[in-house]
Amino acid sequence: MIAEAGLAALWLAAALSLLQLFLGIAALRPGGEGLLRAVRPVAVAQGVLAALAFLILIWLFLRTDLSVELVAANSHSAKPWLYKFAGSWGNHEGSMLLWVTVLAVAGGAVALFERKLRQDTLIATLAAQALIGLGFYAFLLFASNPFTRLFPVPVEGNGLNPLLQDPGLAFHPPTLYFGYVGISIAFSFAVGALVTRDVGPAFARAMRPWILAAWIFLTLGIVAGSYWAYYELGWGGWWFWDPVENASLMPWLAATALLHSVTVLATRDGLRAWTVMLAVVAFSMSMIGTFLVRSGILTSVHAFAVDPQRGAFILALLILYIGGAMALFGLRVGTVKEGSRFDLVSREGSLVANNLLLSVILGIVFVGTLYPLGVEAVTGEKLSVGPPYFNTAAGPVALILVALMGAGPLLRWRSDRPSALVTRMSVPVLLSAASLLALIVLAPGIGIFPLLGLSLAPGVAAASVAPLWKRNLRRTPLFTWGMVVAHLGIAVSMAGMASESAFTKETLVAASPGQTMHVGPFNVRFDSVEPVAGPNWTAIEARLTARRGEGTPFELRPQARMFSSPSTPTSEAAISTVFDGQLYVAIGEEDQQGRWQIRLWWKPAVTLIWFGGILVALGGFLSLIGRVFRERRSAAAKEVAAGADMPAKEVLV
Amino acid sequence: MKRLILWVPLAVFVVFVGFVAIGLYAPAERTVPSALIGQTVPDFDLAPAIAGRPGLSSVSLRGNGPRVVNIFASWCIPCRAEAPQLEELARRGVPIDGIAVRDRPQDLAAFLATYGDPFRTIGADNDRRVQLELGSAGVPETFVIDANGVIRHQHIGAINPQDVPAIVAAWEAAR
Amino acid sequence: MRGFFLAAALLIATPALADSLMPAAEYANRQLPDPRKEEQAKALMETIRCLVCQGQAISDSDAEMAGDMRSVIRERIQGGETPEQVRAWLISRYGNWVTYDPPLEPVTWPLWAAPILLILAGAFLARNRFRRRKN
Repeated sequence: MIAEAGLAALWLAAALSLLQLFLGIAALRPGGEGLLRAVRPVAVAQGVLAALAFLILIWLFLRTDLSVELVAANSHSAKPWLYKFAGSWGNHEGSMLLWVTVLAVAGGAVALFERKLRQDTLIATLAAQALIGLGFYAFLLFASNPFTRLFPVPVEGNGLNPLLQDPGLAFHPPTLYFGYVGISIAFSFAVGALVTRDVGPAFARAMRPWILAAWIFLTLGIVAGSYWAYYELGWGGWWFWDPVENASLMPWLAATALLHSVTVLATRDGLRAWTVMLAVVAFSMSMIGTFLVRSGILTSVHAFAVDPQRGAFILALLILYIGGAMALFGLRVGTVKEGSRFDLVSREGSLVANNLLLSVILGIVFVGTLYPLGVEAVTGEKLSVGPPYFNTAAGPVALILVALMGAGPLLRWRSDRPSALVTRMSVPVLLSAASLLALIVLAPGIGIFPLLGLSLAPGVAAASVAPLWKRNLRRTPLFTWGMVVAHLGIAVSMAGMASESAFTKETLVAASPGQTMHVGPFNVRFDSVEPVAGPNWTAIEARLTARRGEGTPFELRPQARMFSSPSTPTSEAAISTVFDGQLYVAIGEEDQQGRWQIRLWWKPAVTLIWFGGILVALGGFLSLIGRVFRERRSAAAKEVAAGADMPAKEVLV
Repeated sequence: MKRLILWVPLAVFVVFVGFVAIGLYAPAERTVPSALIGQTVPDFDLAPAIAGRPGLSSVSLRGNGPRVVNIFASWCIPCRAEAPQLEELARRGVPIDGIAVRDRPQDLAAFLATYGDPFRTIGADNDRRVQLELGSAGVPETFVIDANGVIRHQHIGAINPQDVPAIVAAWEAAR
Repeated sequence: MRGFFLAAALLIATPALADSLMPAAEYANRQLPDPRKEEQAKALMETIRCLVCQGQAISDSDAEMAGDMRSVIRERIQGGETPEQVRAWLISRYGNWVTYDPPLEPVTWPLWAAPILLILAGAFLARNRFRRRKN
């Protein structure tokens, strides 16, 4: 009964999506003005119904309703409730329902809250969103129905992959999807504005908060995924350039470029074509990622259902939506008048360079991810493209970009003198030069990328904070604080990445109880091994005591766990965070002499990677709040006027 | 020129769809074939895996007509499924040599007693060294090697009844 | 769940993924005594693809075969081979698929040239955005 209600809600939402599309098209035609007011409520209702369908699925999982095929295949009555809850999206159909729900709810949110956009553009946006929804509702209802029943009802479910039975699972996919699918709003805005020929500063200002919101979630989702992989997989890796990881990074790169480009459009009426194309590309990357993950076309530890037929369905949707949007771009953007030109040395110039470099990195990741597929299609030869390529190809570009990120905010709008920039950058440059020298002397063996990254980081961090220098901090706009915090976050994260790459120490030992091992500055004594049990697992837990020099000893308890359903071994690492890094210990197998395989890592400053990422998201959040309040307080025209007539002394937005 | 540039993203997308469609409709093999097919077997020398049966070396693979080398293990489940087919091959006169990967003598003996023993020789590859040397990525795999020691054919996975004629044909072609 | 189905499917279709009863290879989880050689071996291992995994390097994999490959790599480096020689040996056995570092060959030059080409393309596209400074 409940499952059928969920399916009915889904059908209704799909029907409303169809209605939304027709109403939107009709309302935009001459004579259809009367229908304009009908579109928003339909979009909101659609969002509500889709959310209802998803909540019903969650309810079915929480109750472990084994008469529903999806629950029987992916859940188990002995699972802890958190993983019953999170298990609803730990499978293809459930996560696809989440995908569609976010799409519908995002559209409903725009319908409910968007007031600044020109009405016809808003209607066109909602119609575009409805059109996208239709295809994915069809995919869900005809090829991936989450509510199918199972007869006879099994006695017990198959359980959830133990790697996914983790708090990280409860957080990472929904956050990622809010971002990944939330950026569809930008796509729909772009399509809507192309249709109504409304690409301009007002459009940019209206679109900006929505981009920010999706981007914040996307940033958090990627950071969460990285940290989850780090502590869950037991080997201390935090990014592997795996195709599915790349599928989440590519929309982020496009959305970051979009975020910056839309500001130029909002304040300078420039980069119209770039902004629209980036908005289309960002969500296109999301859809392509969804395709790659679910079609079985690329091999990955993360891959969902290996199903070429579903893959073909999604490919058809891609052709329709991405092909359609890009064709519309080609047809319409030629008639959009480009804004004025910029000086090379100016804030606009640096933002154009930023756009460029982010797009180049996006292109490198795209090419690298799809190259094996392309080569195999053309020549039949198999090859692999992994971290050595991505790090070597994208690394230098990323370093240049980060350096530019430090300098850009210190440039004035419209036109600036290189000599003035040099003066403002003097402290950051000195800091970086000093770091470089110090590293060359004190850490001679480290690789070139970590060396450059660690040298750049302090300088860029100082440059990020520089916009606040000599300002009245309480009257500095919140979105300026946002920019500062976000850029600082990038510098911090880069420092963490470089440090982890350069200074990680690893020790592998086959140890007997009583033996002491060394890693980095730590002495670790292997005390004992105990059997322990949890709700749906048993484990061998090692007890180790670690001590740094003469400091206080502390205990670490890594486990080698065996889950019950399905029967799968996992390694639960023990991680101890100290002020300057993490001690990471994992336990492997016992050998025939009764010794245990123990892996220890000392990773200095590794937490900065994710801490920096959180700062980036926080910066985005501050910007969002700042923008929303600023728009409420003053009329939009005032901001454009202020931007155009900025006196020579005013440096920044 | 500017108008043309606007169509570049669509063009890139079309190329992407092309590659991806090929990947979908002609799905690639997930198996990893050996790169040594057509080349001489690398030198190796394996000790006997069980008592009373000679081990296997690259030298012994030369000069005695084409041989079939089966890489297997007692802990390998598909190897049990292919045992009848190996018996069939032996019945047809195909000489089969075995490489037992990471197998203890007692387990191997039990496996042979239960599932049949078509092997003339069995080498013990206890650390997979020879398996790696041959470019084999798992068990079971079967190689056809001609009298000059050149690898002529590789069958990846268990030999199903319908695969037997192909292996016999490859063996005969290697003469 | 999907992992389970996938593993089950693979067990039937392709060579077995089960593990043996014998202990791990000597250098599967043991570091080389010479730190420099260990560093070289480690760096190489992180770029060699596990033959029986779903897209992992042998340095990160719990699979038994990955351990055997790690052991062979460590022993060869211990014995004096350079990492590039060991990589070449693996490529001669398994083809380019086994290395995550695509070699510089005619079939991969578009891949390695992509960053430069993309930067040039981007600069070309952006050239009209800028104006000469009035000076």
